[in-house]
Amino acid sequence: MLAYIARRLGYILIMLVLVSFVSFLIIELPPGDYLTQKLQELQARGDRSAEMRIAEYRARYGLDKPLLERYWIWSTHFIKGDFGDSFEFERPVTEIIGQRAGMSAILAISTITLTWLLAIPIGVYSATHQYSIGDQITTIVTFIGLGMPGFLLALIVLFFAMTVLGQEVGGLFSREFQDAPWSFAKVVDLLKHLWIPAFIGAVTGTASLIRIMRGNLLDTLGQPFVEAARARGLKERTVIWKHAVRVAINPLIVILGSEALPQIIAGNALVATVLNLPTLGPVYVRALQVQDMYLAGTVLVFIVGMTMIGNLLADLTLAALDPRIRLE
Amino acid sequence: MAEQKVPETNKKRQISQSYWSLVWWKFKKNKLAIVGGILIILFYSICGLFAEFFAPYTLDYQSDYLEARPQPVVFKDEEGNFSLRPAVYGLEEKIDQTLRKRFYEVNRTKIYPIYFFVKAEPYKLLGFIPTDIHLFGTDPADPEAHVFLFGTDRLGRDLFSRIIYGGRLSLLIGLLGQILTFTLGMVMGAISGYYGGVTDVIVQRMTEFVGAFPDIPLFMALAAAIPVTWSPILVYFMLTLILVFIRWGGLARQVRGLILSLREREYVLAARSFGASDARLMFRHLLPGTLSHCIVIATLMIPGMILSETALSWLGLGLRPPLTSWGVLLQEVSSVRSIRFAPWLLTTVPFVLLAVLSFNMLGDGLRDAMDPYGGR
Repeated sequence: MLAYIARRLGYILIMLVLVSFVSFLIIELPPGDYLTQKLQELQARGDRSAEMRIAEYRARYGLDKPLLERYWIWSTHFIKGDFGDSFEFERPVTEIIGQRAGMSAILAISTITLTWLLAIPIGVYSATHQYSIGDQITTIVTFIGLGMPGFLLALIVLFFAMTVLGQEVGGLFSREFQDAPWSFAKVVDLLKHLWIPAFIGAVTGTASLIRIMRGNLLDTLGQPFVEAARARGLKERTVIWKHAVRVAINPLIVILGSEALPQIIAGNALVATVLNLPTLGPVYVRALQVQDMYLAGTVLVFIVGMTMIGNLLADLTLAALDPRIRLE
Repeated sequence: MAEQKVPETNKKRQISQSYWSLVWWKFKKNKLAIVGGILIILFYSICGLFAEFFAPYTLDYQSDYLEARPQPVVFKDEEGNFSLRPAVYGLEEKIDQTLRKRFYEVNRTKIYPIYFFVKAEPYKLLGFIPTDIHLFGTDPADPEAHVFLFGTDRLGRDLFSRIIYGGRLSLLIGLLGQILTFTLGMVMGAISGYYGGVTDVIVQRMTEFVGAFPDIPLFMALAAAIPVTWSPILVYFMLTLILVFIRWGGLARQVRGLILSLREREYVLAARSFGASDARLMFRHLLPGTLSHCIVIATLMIPGMILSETALSWLGLGLRPPLTSWGVLLQEVSSVRSIRFAPWLLTTVPFVLLAVLSFNMLGDGLRDAMDPYGGR
């Protein structure tokens, strides 16, 4: 087991090095990035402080050196926890990520909780009442949900909230609570705003979960051990929830693992951009738009790292829950 | 005699059914899939082939009505009596004093009838037949008349026409990208599964590496890396290639799995013992066996491609004006201000959703139909 984890971690490490190099290439290659623009701007000003800034940037990022060496400088700094500066926000990347990671986590956790609370019961109902009216309706709704992209749904919700409800949507806090210290009223205000992105995330996320849950449970319900449980005279509820669902839910854990952690970092970046949320997603989008290279690169590396760690955790959980699975 | 003959002919007919005709049989029974298929054909012919004919205005036609609201369609003639010929009310410019903003109000005294097959701006049908006939439009003799079914944008361009034109690029990127993905995925998957060994390992590591990146963030990063200075057409092709680059791995994996199981079958062994070449084995015996499976996956992947383009362009990372796609059209509603003052610009959304839904319905029907022997 330990050997397995060590091997997987080693694999993740190798992948991360490769991924960081590719991210670096993606960041570095395009001409006209933010740093170049910034340098030109400073050069145009041409005064002493500007020249000093240019020299500082040159030294820090090794701008005169070849590509590989620049990657080396970036990655060694990266390991030490220095992710470089964001040129747009004019602050260290660490600070920006730290500031927004909390909100991203809150949003991600509430979205995932809502999604699962909706998806599992509906999926179970749909499977145990196969071909009933409720099941047919669920099928149609999930069908639409599968095809509905989050950011378009967010636009539609925004439109209805503004025209029908006459409510300002966007952000996670009302203006008066924006910079206020945490209090009960602020939490209430947060909840008032939070449900919209959480709802949008849930609508797009539940559809596939319901489909998978329904399919798995249908497969499981046909197996002999369920029959055996029924023959033992157990209540139908016990048979379904304690025996069948426990087996059928396993594949969903893999999905949870590969989605939950990266969601904390990037979340649904597009939805968050539409609703203008103070999470990491919109920062990433913005950083890409203006070619704010170090910020974008750092977030990208983090997303990939989180995905891989999430996958590992999911595999370990699965092995712990399902004794038939052996890790080799 | 006659009674005996009937079952015999029936049996004969059933035996002679080929796989594809069985598929078609089963597919025909699925109403949702048929609707999806028809909608897709309509989408591609209206937007893709004959956009110039169906759109009342050309792509860059700018009217004097800026951000005008949609004109309601009525069945009245100019005296206000009922007529079968549809017409639209005119628009009147007003100024909102408190917001200091120009807006339009429907002027019910002015009625412009809509004529079909009118002569308007000239264009080339399918790129080479010069003509000037549009499906519908207002009286060409009346310069005052105008018809904006979905309203106009900030530059006074007719949104209805632009949605039709925009669909061309959006739908094409789905089709073009998918054809490339399909080809690349099939070939790489087949090579990987057929030869095994080092080739297999290399292809597998490549797909794994691309798969390690989450879809959307990688799309955005790669699209952002396209130099701004490139020409729009080049950007379009680059974007298509990026979509292909990210998507081919999934298909290649599935093809590999299928090939692995197929290549041990007796008929393949037989073909090999007859001295068939590798290429013949692969393209004649192995790949056709994976075809039905791949067509289903490919159909279900097209909506993802269309949506990726829409999302990227909407963020300003994909296509840019002067190109017009659904994503580019949505760029204009990315601010809260435009949703408030020009909500009709959101009309693009239902069209994107309908196209996506059609592909999903078709793909779902195909998935059921491709396995005509099993199930009910």
